Amino acid sequence: MELKVSDHSGSAPAIAGGCSASGCGSSGDALAHLPEHIRAKVHNHPCYSEEAHHHYARMHVAVAPACNIQCHYCNRKYDCANESRPGVVSEVLTPDQAVKKVIAVAAHIPQMTVLGIAGPGDPLANPARTLETFRQLTEKAPDIKLCVSTNGLALPDCVDALCTHNIDHVTITINCVDPDVGAKIYPWIFWQGRRIKGRKGVAILIEQQQKGLEMLVARGVLVKVNSVLIPGVNDEHLKEVSRVVKSKGAFLHNVMPLIAEPEHGTFFGVMGQRGPTHDELQTLQDACAGDMNMMRHCRQCRADAVGMLGEDRGHEFTLEKIETMDIDYGRAMEERRQVHAAIEANREAQRKKSGETFISITALKARRRETPPALIAVATKGGGVINQHFGHAAEFLIYEANDQDVRFIGHRKVDLYCSGGETCGDAQTALAKTIQALSGCVAVLCSKIGYEPWGALEAAGIAPNGEHAMEPIEDAVAAVYRELAASGSLERATPAPLRMRA
Amino acid sequence: MAYQIVEGCVNCWACAPLCPRQAIYEAKPHFLIHSVLCTECAGEHPDPQCASICPIEGVILDSLGVPLNPPGSLTGIPPERLAAARAEIQAR
Repeated sequence: MELKVSDHSGSAPAIAGGCSASGCGSSGDALAHLPEHIRAKVHNHPCYSEEAHHHYARMHVAVAPACNIQCHYCNRKYDCANESRPGVVSEVLTPDQAVKKVIAVAAHIPQMTVLGIAGPGDPLANPARTLETFRQLTEKAPDIKLCVSTNGLALPDCVDALCTHNIDHVTITINCVDPDVGAKIYPWIFWQGRRIKGRKGVAILIEQQQKGLEMLVARGVLVKVNSVLIPGVNDEHLKEVSRVVKSKGAFLHNVMPLIAEPEHGTFFGVMGQRGPTHDELQTLQDACAGDMNMMRHCRQCRADAVGMLGEDRGHEFTLEKIETMDIDYGRAMEERRQVHAAIEANREAQRKKSGETFISITALKARRRETPPALIAVATKGGGVINQHFGHAAEFLIYEANDQDVRFIGHRKVDLYCSGGETCGDAQTALAKTIQALSGCVAVLCSKIGYEPWGALEAAGIAPNGEHAMEPIEDAVAAVYRELAASGSLERATPAPLRMRA
Repeated sequence: MAYQIVEGCVNCWACAPLCPRQAIYEAKPHFLIHSVLCTECAGEHPDPQCASICPIEGVILDSLGVPLNPPGSLTGIPPERLAAARAEIQAR
């Protein structure tokens, strides 16, 4: 079978791709305790299942430009080809154009299982455009899962229509359940023909969000809640948000770091509101995890992103390019079915492999009980193994190893949207920035590494390691943790926390 | 008596479906208001609908050329603060 897949090279299986930890095996599937029918729904959904995101791709179509609220982390003027964050797009599509694009992507990237509408405004503030896109796709591409992401203000009015179009995944962004907190995040909403500012508007927004959540849950729709972590504004409060949304039946909580830079032109960016450090984000996610399934693999995609999480192949599917593509979707669907079967076979093989990993980690637990946990960074380009050159990594996966376990806790990008260097007078070199992004890690595992970065990493207290090339990630992380623990180097103080960036 | 949309409009479509007179139409480089059809929502809504949902300051003007949403009124960013931030970015 010819697979039309992304540009993998090397010996990784052709069906692997994008972000690619072998995943969650050693710690157990984070969704394992959920009822079978829910697990079946998210099994191949990259945005809902951490394990699935190593194998399947998603796309967003930007059909929804209008919005009915203003958030302090959003600038409605932003339209940029080089930036990757929510609310940013290159072109807005009509429903017909969007459907054509989805069909083209589904045929060319058969791992794409999910189509989401997420903006660049609020999908439900554009109900006609959003629902028409869903209506056509339900008919023309029945093998694609349809999702929508909303601020929730118009949600109660749209629940029935969404259910008609077979949408069974909805994400609501809920940053607060207290209007006093919300008044620092939302300056206004548009409600029943009027712009309502301040606390009064936020109270309506919160009421609508909670009502929409309850209505969806009552209809059996899976609801994920997204929250933006804004230090000093809603950080402590998000624990309460997590408790409330869980009690109402949301099944996954995704706490994302605020992205705010002056050049984004957002209120938070211009006013100097900082984003959280990696530590702050992880601490809050861990605090909420007692009550709720937490999602840690979100890449905060653009509203027109295409491909595996963490990659964007949107430039391959511009309106001009899809115009020239002639697609027989019946044939494409058969090919997609075969690719999905191959992916499932590969996942099954990985599950067996992670079972073996678990044994080795158990052995590790028995050997050393008193070593502190440590963060270890990994460079990988697919297949769940360590197979990327240090200098080629655009992001590193971060694992936390302790005496008992190895768990995936997140990713750190190193291809910052503004690369600095010569172009904007920033004196830091790319290497220095990468090392800064790895702050807090005790080691970085990669397939190969050059002499210069080797020395710089060592100087920064991060042990470079190229000895585990092509080995399964968790096994290698466990082995390196054990070596470092044995050598006593885990007793060292960790460097200062690093502020997260887009 | 009619409003107008000027440069700076980001073509977000929010206003067009709200207009009780269907006076707002898609155009290049940005949406426009038909000056004969626009009634400024008089007698139909307490607040002009286009200006109540528009997210961009200064792009909808009244018949005297005064912005319905002046600088700082929607984002909450004081204009002088925005100017300072822009100057700082320019100077990098």
